[in-house]
Amino acid sequence: MRRRGPLGRLLVWLDDRLGLADLGKLAVKKEVPVHKHTLWYYLGGMTLFLFLVQVATGILLVFYYRPSAEHAYESIQFLMAEVEFGWLIRSIHAWSANLMIFTAFLHLFSVLLLKAYRGPREITWLSGVMLLGVAMGFGFTGYLLPWSELSYFATRVGTEMAGAVPLVGSFVGRMLKGGDEVSGATLTRFYAFHIWILPAACFLLVAVHLFLVQKHGMSVPPDVERSGGAKGHMPFFPSFLLRDLVGWLSVLAILAALAAYFPTELGEKADPFAPAPAGIKPEWYFMFMFQTLKYLPAHILGIEGEVVGIIGFTVAGVLLLLVPFLDRRVSGREDSRLFTWIGIGVILYILLLTYLGYTADPTI
Amino acid sequence: MTNQSEERPVHEAASYGDTSRKRFIGWLLGTSAGAFLGAVFYPVVRYLMPPPAAESAASTVTLAIRPEDITANTAEIFKFGSRAGILVRTPSGELRAFSAICTHLSCIVQYRPDLGHIWCACHNGHFDLNGRNISGPPPAPLEAFTVNVREDQIVVSKGD
Repeated sequence: MRRRGPLGRLLVWLDDRLGLADLGKLAVKKEVPVHKHTLWYYLGGMTLFLFLVQVATGILLVFYYRPSAEHAYESIQFLMAEVEFGWLIRSIHAWSANLMIFTAFLHLFSVLLLKAYRGPREITWLSGVMLLGVAMGFGFTGYLLPWSELSYFATRVGTEMAGAVPLVGSFVGRMLKGGDEVSGATLTRFYAFHIWILPAACFLLVAVHLFLVQKHGMSVPPDVERSGGAKGHMPFFPSFLLRDLVGWLSVLAILAALAAYFPTELGEKADPFAPAPAGIKPEWYFMFMFQTLKYLPAHILGIEGEVVGIIGFTVAGVLLLLVPFLDRRVSGREDSRLFTWIGIGVILYILLLTYLGYTADPTI
Repeated sequence: MTNQSEERPVHEAASYGDTSRKRFIGWLLGTSAGAFLGAVFYPVVRYLMPPPAAESAASTVTLAIRPEDITANTAEIFKFGSRAGILVRTPSGELRAFSAICTHLSCIVQYRPDLGHIWCACHNGHFDLNGRNISGPPPAPLEAFTVNVREDQIVVSKGD
């Protein structure tokens, strides 16, 4: 860090105050193991990049969006039709949201199947699953904001599901809706969640998650460890970061293409006194739950079907959160085939129900 | 901890009564912290809970639709206070009214002329012309209203 010239002196001055050299040492020291599963290491960074795209486009959307039942739909109509590049910003926000949830799911399942959650990375896993929950919260609250017919009914169903949870349900339901019905009050609330509460939670969790990834380094999958460990290591800076960058630029190009060729639609304005339209469906990442609820009978063992479904999803979520503590074999460095098969089973269930959600005739 | 010699007298003085005194200080700090957090978060939680909406006093509503405007085997959605109702004219010509809010997850139901009964698009729930849940996930029947036709006005009322 001892350099000449005015820039060098400035760097020295800053280094004395900020400790930049220590950061530099940290960056040089960080290494990424190279083996047959290295590709999966890029998904977390990809998700983070898409989140940053969300932050940037989200801030831009706030300049025109008006969070009230009377103005929300019209403000987005105006944004899409009149504002220069309004369609681009909104479409990128919507597409990037979908891709972010998609890469987050891939990241989760790769970590699950490669057993990267095993000690000492339990808290990394916990913060990651919570981040997926926050991301789905972003999706759920953001979907309502255009105040369109589809988003209105999706929110009615979603908040009603939250309200059907035993004990805390009615409290949570009213808290989410800001009243007994989905109304303008709900829209204001969802806006508050979407642009303040969830981003704050997200930044905190990302900070914890990244700190822990930095602290523990990349996990080497057990089967690679058993067959003699990683082939070698590449320095994070610049080798891994440059590869990251290739991925980020590619995904930015994909986003631009998706936004240009498939701009996000707006649909009809929400009308609380119109029947739910046929073929109503939620965002794709809620589809497997939505479709499961369709197949549940009205009563199971005397309990209302949807309550059984919602308890089931809640229990599944808690079990997912606790995977590192339930999978005792892998913490003892043993093979834990059972959890691999459960993971594959969950993936197949989600794929099948999502497929049915889009293909089964909704009107019979 | 920087100066051991200064620390010692405190230790000695505290040695005869220190556990109960420590416990008392701990209890005092703990309850103060608890009370402080309670005083901060109780108003916040109460603030976030919306005030209860005034129940719509109306148990009767006169519809804007005239009897001759609704033909057999069709239905109309109407406002019953702040909630939605559905007025059905059955294929045999009778007028019936129900709450339009599906008992499953509270979507607004619609009339399906091709099936001749009420249907909810959200999760494929079916109700017959008495409002009974006949198929799909809805766990309970739709609430039935009383329909009276007075000259050219339709009056819908709740309950008995």
